Amino acid sequence: MHILDFNKLSLRDINKTLQESDKNSFFSIRNPKGSHALAVGINKKITVKVVGSVGYYCAGMNKFSDIKVEGSAGPGLGENMMSGNIHVTGDVSQYAGASGHGGSILVEGNASSRCGISMKGVDIIVKGNVGHMSAFMAQKGNLVIFGDAGHALGDSIYEANIYVAGEVASLGADCIEKKMTKKHLSDLGHILSNANVSDYNPDTFRRFGSARSLYNFNVDNAKIY
Amino acid sequence: MKKKSITEPRTSHTFDAYTNSEIRRAAETGIYDIRGGGSKRNLPNFDDLLFLGASISRYPLEGYREACNTKVILGDRFSSNPLNLEIPITIAGMSFGALSAQAKEALGRGASLVGTSTTTGDGGMTKEERGHSKQLVYQLLPSRYGMNPDDLRKADAIEIVVGQGAKPGGGGMLLGQKINDRVAEMRTLPKGIDQRSPCRHPDWTGPDDMEIKILELREITGWKVPIFVKVAGSRPYYDVALAAKSGADVVVVDGMQGGTAATQEVFIENVGIPTLACVRPAVRALQELGLHRKVQLIVSGGIRNGADVAKALALGADAVSIGSAALIALGDNDPRYQKDYEKLGTTAGSFDDWHEGLDPAGITTQDKKLAKRLDPKLGGRRLANYLNVMTMEAQTIARACGKNDLRNLEPEDLCALTVESAAMAGVPLAGTNWIPGT
Repeated sequence: MHILDFNKLSLRDINKTLQESDKNSFFSIRNPKGSHALAVGINKKITVKVVGSVGYYCAGMNKFSDIKVEGSAGPGLGENMMSGNIHVTGDVSQYAGASGHGGSILVEGNASSRCGISMKGVDIIVKGNVGHMSAFMAQKGNLVIFGDAGHALGDSIYEANIYVAGEVASLGADCIEKKMTKKHLSDLGHILSNANVSDYNPDTFRRFGSARSLYNFNVDNAKIY
Repeated sequence: MKKKSITEPRTSHTFDAYTNSEIRRAAETGIYDIRGGGSKRNLPNFDDLLFLGASISRYPLEGYREACNTKVILGDRFSSNPLNLEIPITIAGMSFGALSAQAKEALGRGASLVGTSTTTGDGGMTKEERGHSKQLVYQLLPSRYGMNPDDLRKADAIEIVVGQGAKPGGGGMLLGQKINDRVAEMRTLPKGIDQRSPCRHPDWTGPDDMEIKILELREITGWKVPIFVKVAGSRPYYDVALAAKSGADVVVVDGMQGGTAATQEVFIENVGIPTLACVRPAVRALQELGLHRKVQLIVSGGIRNGADVAKALALGADAVSIGSAALIALGDNDPRYQKDYEKLGTTAGSFDDWHEGLDPAGITTQDKKLAKRLDPKLGGRRLANYLNVMTMEAQTIARACGKNDLRNLEPEDLCALTVESAAMAGVPLAGTNWIPGT
């Protein structure tokens, strides 16, 4: 295990070390002090443990690597990630997993507003609650919420799936509750097992997705545009 | 029978023929007009400025003999590998999806022949355009369609698109007709649906956030490539100042004549300000920050010829960018397709339904048969010719003003034909020392 300490190294030093490291390396990052843009653009299978909370865009555009934050994360956690796994033990701020194409994000605490905005294939699991406008314009992937969802959930959603165990304050435009089929129960099980989450009751989840009524412009829908 | 007095039929300026037809169209269809291109209004523009050639008080350089530099470096503020361009004219961002693969390839070929850059668009980077563009700027757009870190690292520069001159405050629009399998796959959306890109980035909101976003992009790319920030021409003084303060290497300001693939007509014609009015406030913002020439300024929106290039540079820009003009060079709205345009209910020179995917010139289409009409090699050659002509025209003017570098042109070399253009450009009305507003 390699220790990278913010008390001794700059952000550039730490990111460069991570980006240029050998495959299967294991790093522990100490004293992050809420630093922004930490562990971004990693392009290989390595393991990174961050001891403490981080700022904006931690693990941004991640590919292949497993990143665990033992603390909380600021806005844009794992934005546009392509693959790999991100695990935050605390809470996360706005836009977690924004436009993520693949991989998995597990948040043990709560996620703020716009969680999973424009997501394009990533799986996001939030053990707590999510804020308003989560899964806004979500295109593909899955947002799994163990707690409650704020207002306008799934507004203008495309082909992503949302699973909610708690209460939904309100649904956004073109987002509707859909039948939880066997296939979707199975999908949910895979998503959670991939993230090593086993303490759940599948019967408590409801599924939400697109009514697909806004896919092509129709003047009769003008009031909801 | 009493004879009626005879007067000429009088049409209304308020309800002119176009306005009336638009009212009838709205009543019939129930949808606003969507079209491509930029503003078609008669706006104050660079034609309203004239150069004051040298005579006794200034002396000129010899045409075709004395050198006049056209090279420009973009993005050397923070990046280790700035763009080194042979000419100060770049190709603006236009997406694969809005344009055919052939058109994107032609743009890359043409730009590369003359040593300038081309730019991706909404939907990501295609192999064709990376392969044929020696210097490629990769756009980071609010939709993040096709955005991935591998392409980001292949780019020679990154352009964060905050706004576009044709639609400040608005998002992109690519209607279902043009969403074929390849376009749909690149954008991770179902085939055939309307793709209305967001107007805001999904993971930041204001200038303080943008500064951190720029930091992230630099950390991902190792501080190697320049970061551009593109803003629409609406409040250029403030937007350019904030972009520079946020850490941009280059700021692009796109006036309302700048084109779009598809947007509401009411948006194109009523939101934003003319390119002419953008330049001086943008330059002033950089000057007041001590960053003029350190943060390069690119101006776009309705640039057509070498005179426009020279005027933009004289007002303080470092380079210009062209989109619509480049498409015309490739063959857009060419009279040889007049019969085809007539079948679409329009004419060569007026065609702007780029969103419908039926472009007879094979440029703004995903129809395979139509796209084949455009030969990318020939198109690239035509674009290169056009870029060379623009550059030579600008050099001709610069030499006549006694300048051995296009960027040595200055506002003092200009005067204005109208009070409005004098005020916007901050140069004297012709024959006077009067600059309105100063």
